[in-house]
Amino acid sequence: MSLYEWAVSPFADYGFMRRALAGTCALALGGAPLGVFLVLRRMSLMGDAMSHAILPGVAAGFLAAGLSLGAMMLGGVVTGLAVALLAALVARMTPLREDASFAAFYLISLGLGVLLVSLRGSNMDLLHVLFGTVLGLDDAALLLVTGTASLTLLVLAALYRLLAAECLDPGFLRACGGRGAWVHMGFLVLVVVNLVAGFQVLGTLMVVGMMMLPAAAARFWAVSAARQAPLAAAIGVAASVAGLLASYHYNVPASPAIILAAGACYVCSIAAGPQGGLLRARRGAPARFRRGE
Amino acid sequence: MFKTISPRRRALLLLTALALAAPAGAAQAARPLQAVASFSILGDMVREVGGPDVQVSVLVGPDGDAHEYEPTPGDVKTLAAAQALFVNGLAFEAWLPGLVKSSGFKGRTVVASQGVAPRRFEAGEDHGHDGHDHGHDHDQAHSHGDLDPHAWQNLANGVIYVRNIAEGLAAADPAHAEAYRRRAEAYAARLQALDASLRKTFAAIPAERRKVVTSHDAFGYFGEAYGVSFLPVAGISTDAEPSAGDVARLIEQVRREHVPAVFVENISSPRLVQQIARETGAKVGGTLYSDALSKPGRPAATYLEMFEWNASQLAAAMQP
Repeated sequence: MSLYEWAVSPFADYGFMRRALAGTCALALGGAPLGVFLVLRRMSLMGDAMSHAILPGVAAGFLAAGLSLGAMMLGGVVTGLAVALLAALVARMTPLREDASFAAFYLISLGLGVLLVSLRGSNMDLLHVLFGTVLGLDDAALLLVTGTASLTLLVLAALYRLLAAECLDPGFLRACGGRGAWVHMGFLVLVVVNLVAGFQVLGTLMVVGMMMLPAAAARFWAVSAARQAPLAAAIGVAASVAGLLASYHYNVPASPAIILAAGACYVCSIAAGPQGGLLRARRGAPARFRRGE
Repeated sequence: MFKTISPRRRALLLLTALALAAPAGAAQAARPLQAVASFSILGDMVREVGGPDVQVSVLVGPDGDAHEYEPTPGDVKTLAAAQALFVNGLAFEAWLPGLVKSSGFKGRTVVASQGVAPRRFEAGEDHGHDGHDHGHDHDQAHSHGDLDPHAWQNLANGVIYVRNIAEGLAAADPAHAEAYRRRAEAYAARLQALDASLRKTFAAIPAERRKVVTSHDAFGYFGEAYGVSFLPVAGISTDAEPSAGDVARLIEQVRREHVPAVFVENISSPRLVQQIARETGAKVGGTLYSDALSKPGRPAATYLEMFEWNASQLAAAMQP
């Protein structure tokens, strides 16, 4: 089997493979740069928490309108934003740190979501929603994901300087005018929209992996966010291709294959990355992550 | 399955108790024959033939899987109190002999499929076409050469079932033998009428369009009777998330065989089936009922309704 047959013809022969590739690449291009900023802000677990927080909205949308893209999207965005805004407000107005207030609100939201799901009696349909169907992307789902990615990249480009400054020193922007809060809110909106759109492609749990794993891997290869963001997107795209090919040739489910491919990139980066990777650190390069040095 | 005793049934039980206390002849007249059917489709047939003279209990109820059933203590009680047991036979109810033994059932056992020409599962019906071993087990795996127990999926066999049931009931309850045979013939006539009309329906569809890809393995008799080829799904059969390779094989199969319709259930998402349809031009079929009736109020609550529903779904999907 030639390399072309192995790596290209699955995508050339089957529309569902092309759709899956387009969807996951869009997710990587939009989500991974967002993940870089989440890592910089030490909010890496926020994506995971947020994916739980949007559950009641998605469930409510599903209960109201069935398996409707629009209703579930709307519900998820509304609850996700509500949780994010409430958590941010509490963090800025009280001494409670953002991670703690976020944990509190997402747990409330998750409880509500589980309650709503069980009201339906059977939660099988909703579980399918949560685990996504990367191989069954229709036009609407594809447009949603690619549109979200485009919007994300545009907004990130516009906000980049403010966002980087805000990431490095939240006090700085607050000191020189109230725009810091707005930048932060805009960023949270992007995260929520990406998560909710991504559940169409990989499922809520998988989309978090696509957001965080490439970003965490990129951290070992570049210092500045400006370099990490495109690198993370590229790692995400590579993981998508590798995961889909593995699913095609070795008969493994597609979504976990993609996430595990991204996870493999991360593990390799830990070992070999020039910025604090274990091998470099042992050879005497600045080991900034080693404790007590 | 736990059922609460309704007031009506309680009254009936009371009457039964009184009747039992009365002389034997009177008891025979007051109490309908207690019959047990192994699964819902057979239960519906026994009800049709038995009418008001028989009280039918079903072990594996609507939407239940009679291939793999775990009898409950309630089933033991039900069977112990019964005078007649109706089973499909053809090795369908593998769990039944143990239940019969433990209940101490002393009544008459009627094998409904007696006299049916049995078919065997064909090679390839339990694995993919292209010879790959995908390592996927079908939910209800039958291996090549086993008897296909789903004989009721041919209405002509259904008529044989009905007559066997009538004879079984007549032997267990000779007092009503005439009524059983009369009802059985009337019911058989309805089955035969549907059979004739379905043969006409399917004969009107061009032969090269009379094939579907399906995840069900229960339609062998149906296919033989009405000239429809049921091609097994290559790869996908469990409700776990399918791999890209599975989906590609299914698409390849539909393209190669020019299949007009796909009836695939237990697949993780309706969107995935729609994608397969988009990519191949095949239609997506609806739900087919194979081994059990649906719950009342759904489209396949009786044997006749089930058959009409399946046939209409298949015919609509194969129509050019």
